[in-house]
Amino acid sequence: MSFSKRITRTKSIVFSAMMALTLAACNGGTRNEVRLQGAGATFPNPLYQKWLSEYGKLNPNVKIDYQSIGSGGGIKQIQARTVDFGASDAPMTDTELKTSPGELVHIPTVLGAVVITYNLQGVSKPLRFSPDVIADIFLGKITKWNDPRIKADNAEPTLTAADIAVVHRAESSGTSFVFTDYLAKVSTDWKQKVGADKAPQWPVGQGGKGNEGVTGQIKQQPNTIGYVELAYAVQNKLPVALIKNASGNFVEPSIEAVTAAAAASAATTPEDLRVSITDAAGATAYPISSYTYILAYKAQIDAVKGKTLVDFLWWGIHDGEKFAKDLQYAPLPDEIVKRAEAKINSITASGKPLR
Amino acid sequence: MSDWRRRLSPTGNAGDAVFRALMFGAALLLLLIVGAMILALASHSTLSIRKFGFGFLTGREWNPVKGQFGALAFIYGTVASSLIALLISVPLSLGIAIFLVAQAPHFLARPLTFLVAVLAALPSVVYGVWGIFVLAAFLRVHVEPFLARWFGWLPLFQGPITGIGLLTGGVILAIMVTPIISAVVRDVLSAVPNTQREAALALGATKWETTRVVLANGAPGIAGAVILGLGRAIGETMAVTMVIGNRPEISASLFQPSYTLASVIANEFTEATADIYLSSLVELGLILFLVTFVVNAIARLMVWRVTRGTVGVGMTA
Repeated sequence: MSFSKRITRTKSIVFSAMMALTLAACNGGTRNEVRLQGAGATFPNPLYQKWLSEYGKLNPNVKIDYQSIGSGGGIKQIQARTVDFGASDAPMTDTELKTSPGELVHIPTVLGAVVITYNLQGVSKPLRFSPDVIADIFLGKITKWNDPRIKADNAEPTLTAADIAVVHRAESSGTSFVFTDYLAKVSTDWKQKVGADKAPQWPVGQGGKGNEGVTGQIKQQPNTIGYVELAYAVQNKLPVALIKNASGNFVEPSIEAVTAAAAASAATTPEDLRVSITDAAGATAYPISSYTYILAYKAQIDAVKGKTLVDFLWWGIHDGEKFAKDLQYAPLPDEIVKRAEAKINSITASGKPLR
Repeated sequence: MSDWRRRLSPTGNAGDAVFRALMFGAALLLLLIVGAMILALASHSTLSIRKFGFGFLTGREWNPVKGQFGALAFIYGTVASSLIALLISVPLSLGIAIFLVAQAPHFLARPLTFLVAVLAALPSVVYGVWGIFVLAAFLRVHVEPFLARWFGWLPLFQGPITGIGLLTGGVILAIMVTPIISAVVRDVLSAVPNTQREAALALGATKWETTRVVLANGAPGIAGAVILGLGRAIGETMAVTMVIGNRPEISASLFQPSYTLASVIANEFTEATADIYLSSLVELGLILFLVTFVVNAIARLMVWRVTRGTVGVGMTA
């Protein structure tokens, strides 16, 4: 008796729970909730998460999810239309754009930079490097810390004959792409032998997993040199090198110097905003920096979703930029904001502009 | 009662028939999953199999920029790091297990057993971080200079000492598989009937001789434990990638960076966009599958031969 009673009670509990869930779902529907899904680059993820939470406070009926699965994944997902927007550090290649089912626009959101960090005992001031010296260190041509070409830029008496140990990223990463893109621009040797890639075949050195892996190996081993993201270096107070830019000035990596690099390249930035700004001209420009992009279809299928996406992007490149600095990203220069506005305005649904 | 049901369950019990069918289904599912995995890996790597053929297995170059891919350096790194791991961990694990079962005082045996179990369950990324910050530095400062000084005439211990490389990868794997192997060996040894020990002692055997009898009795189980450890060593990704240096090169020196199959897949899969690149990475997965299969088969074969031998010795002793 009691057994069957208990079953009935369980049943009624399950039933009411189901009813409650159904009601909740209906409620959600009546509030006109719009959901967007994005995926891609890991580098801007902290900023995008901040954007989503801030934008969510202003627009409670909008729910946007961003999954940081990597730039490669972001491109694949937007091509497959499984997400409403993708995100990538490197702009998509011509072939990738051609194989996409529709025309994609690149909206730059913020800028990042790659810095040279090292572990060298007894140096009093930040090291300075000329572009060709960095390339030759990573090519394995300069092997000692007291090489005359390193000494030429650094008046450090403590530079010894110790072997230089190079540390690079082990996994594919946008950071490696920006760094090798820079090296390919400043060294023809690098361009021919290695090239620019997220995971190139490194001529020398050992691979560390992630920014934290590279930093760990550099901190642990004396006489090492490597590269990490600017944000990571600042947060962990790593020693960073000054790099000679295209104008011949040694520039310390900073948010301002990165924005300056973008501003200096604005005149030569093509209409579709797919551009590499490494080795930028400009007296104060830091030479190893890059944009990160959000990717969206120019012709949106769903007008409501499209409108939401366009509003979110507009908010991002205007109000959203003020969150960039705290998270160690460089905000877009004004010229590029204007041009990104035009890109956002070009997004349509059924042929009608969404803004 | 129908004929088929009688055939399924000779006792004619319906419950038995259902049970039998369920178990058969579970076993079949396992086969299906393995089959489906091989099929999926093979079909997704057709592009690189067609392009590189057998050259993929012997190629040493891994260059995504030029679209040139070869797996040999990764196969070498995987096998070599796992071998180093077993070389260190098997004797160590046997020692731990023998101590816990036969020699440890009661107040020590229980906490130690618990500790071994905890170590076996520790996530591998924890080992990896500890590997970078503690183990690599320790090997660089103390172990590698020692090896270079006394065994530097061997090509194995030559070249610059960085603390990051094949040796460190092997050592961290050894540390990771030791708890697993020793936990299983401990269970195997405690399952050996006490009559065996008593018989050996009654014949006047020393503690060491008794241990040998017990070991011989547990040999198949011990071998199983080693294979289990080997499986973890071959497939381990996170911890190894943090200390092995991730460089697809085959070097005679254990101090030099190396790379494993599992690590390169984990490191490069998320960002690979070119079709041939992705296909090559999937083929590495297929190779990892086959390497695991072949190594397991060899291990089982060796076990089979060894156990035949040792059981004989154990019985005559």
